Amino acid sequence: MTKADIVENVYDKLGVFSKKESSAIVEAVFDVIKDTLADGEKIKISGFGNFVVREKQERIGRNPKTGDQIKITARRVLTFKPSQVLKTALNS
Amino acid sequence: MNRSELVEAVATRANLPKKQAEIAVNTIFDSMTEALANGHRVEIRGFGSFTNRNYGSYTGRNPKTGDAVKVPPKRLPFFKVGKELRERVDEEADG
Repeated sequence: MTKADIVENVYDKLGVFSKKESSAIVEAVFDVIKDTLADGEKIKISGFGNFVVREKQERIGRNPKTGDQIKITARRVLTFKPSQVLKTALNS
Repeated sequence: MNRSELVEAVATRANLPKKQAEIAVNTIFDSMTEALANGHRVEIRGFGSFTNRNYGSYTGRNPKTGDAVKVPPKRLPFFKVGKELRERVDEEADG
């Protein structure tokens, strides 16, 4: 499934907008989510899951090919924790 | 930000009545849930992709009682953040 399939579903469900307008609405939803996460704020979607920005400390890693030790710098990463509802939907 | 705050923000950004913003938000997450439940992967350019990962059964333990329990095989969703969002999250946040 891609964004185009989602646009199709939103177009059908809303019923009053063109494909182009439906596409702009779907873009707006993902833009709000991305802007919020980029600001470091989490997104909690009940029934789906939580997107959380986590701070990772600097650590020593290893190049798996050469075995060389390398420093992995401190960074912020995005993690997704699926809700129980989503996990159940995948296993029923 | 929770689901209803997302609906409000989308209504403002897309200049939509709240009811329609709500239908759009719900349809998006319902569509993704259904695709994953049907075993399909979901790929949203600029955001990330969701895939299912299969886990075999294993013998776990009830942490309270220490009893061995058999955990059945299961399927879990896995999210891989897209390059664009990964870079924005790392660079823009100041918290």
